[in-house]
Amino acid sequence: MALDKIGIAKRIAQEIQTGWYINLGIGIPTLVANYLPEAVEVVLQSENGLLGIGPFPGKNEVDPDLINAGKQTITMLNGSSLFSSAESFGMIRGEHINLTILGAMEVSENGDIANWKIPGKMVKGMGGAMDLVASAKNIIVAMQHVSRSGDSKLLKECTLPITGLRCVKKIVTDLAVLEISPGEGFRLLERAPGISVEEIKHATAGKILVTGDVPEMTIN
Amino acid sequence: MINKVVENAEVAVRNIKDYNVIMLGGFGLCGIPENCITAILKLGVKGLTCISNNAGVDDFGIGLLLQTRQVDKMISSYVGENAEFERQLLAGELQVELLPQGTLAERIRAGGAGIPAFFTPAGVGTEVGQGKEVRTFNGKDYLLEFWLKADFSLVKAWKGDTAGNLIFKGTARNFNPMMATAGNITIAEVEELVPEGSLDPNQIHTPGIYVQKIFQGTNYEKRIEQYTTSS
Repeated sequence: MALDKIGIAKRIAQEIQTGWYINLGIGIPTLVANYLPEAVEVVLQSENGLLGIGPFPGKNEVDPDLINAGKQTITMLNGSSLFSSAESFGMIRGEHINLTILGAMEVSENGDIANWKIPGKMVKGMGGAMDLVASAKNIIVAMQHVSRSGDSKLLKECTLPITGLRCVKKIVTDLAVLEISPGEGFRLLERAPGISVEEIKHATAGKILVTGDVPEMTIN
Repeated sequence: MINKVVENAEVAVRNIKDYNVIMLGGFGLCGIPENCITAILKLGVKGLTCISNNAGVDDFGIGLLLQTRQVDKMISSYVGENAEFERQLLAGELQVELLPQGTLAERIRAGGAGIPAFFTPAGVGTEVGQGKEVRTFNGKDYLLEFWLKADFSLVKAWKGDTAGNLIFKGTARNFNPMMATAGNITIAEVEELVPEGSLDPNQIHTPGIYVQKIFQGTNYEKRIEQYTTSS
């Protein structure tokens, strides 16, 4: 069965290691924080200017001066630090962030990502996405394997306006875990429970590399 | 020390002219100069170029200045919460320059720090990079980006003293410190204005040298865009 959003978030949470500083995008990436194993200690960055994002506040703790990059009210954990947006993007550009997790509309087989604009529709802007993808050491994309209209989102080349070139390392979809093998294509690493290699191949428009038996994901 | 205090927002903004370039601090509606925006509404200047990460919402923040058609151009990174903005953009009444958020922040920082240009990887190979010089350092491509400066910078701080020293609170800091450095005239509105000597010099975020005018703000609404709780 294909994974739901929580399943994708749970699978990505398995990638995360203690000691990492992580930037989570809006949507499924934000959910990842809820499924980190208890033993894993990480620090979440909010690019408007905070390290150490805590849970959403209780009704009596809401502070309008404390929001995340999605403009939601949040709390700070012990050990948090606050800084300007210039310093925040300095730590992003300077590759001090270990992992960026973000959503995408399309990913190409060489790791290009498109996630900020659909021509002909209202353009909202790229926010921090272009800075994050241009400088992250490790980028995991969380997305559905195919669009609502049934088109593959894993392509030979992106058709939508690009956010960044050759930057995605790994993709976790509702059907599969894949990594970008530079110059070769999408390497299939794991299948969602009950999903066949053939189904994944059928849903992938870009070149897909399959070696030997592809294991099923383990999701708790 | 030099006393930067003015009576109120109306007095602080009265030298802003038609077609000026103004920077406005804030991220979303967090840390925006609410009092200065209201005073610019009353002042009625038009043709403004506004440099701000966002453009407010329809009935708050910079959205108010869009309703009154006082803004000709926005330079921002994310503008999507505003129907009047969308209408003016689609009708060709408003120019918009969208920049990666980190590039916007650094261009403002560069403007205040006397760095005319710098190279950044954000936007290489995208629409943002069109027409910009690309240079390769250690095998990676970077775009040439230029500093941004403004006729007036409008910033909002938590506490400030009569000498213009500022302390911000929480994530309301965001773009305010850089914008304070990049304005020809920087106006700071603060929730709590105190005499010089009252703030610990170790805790100052923005030194008073960058601030030309400061006033005690009033009636802060601090509207929340995405009220989110755990329960």
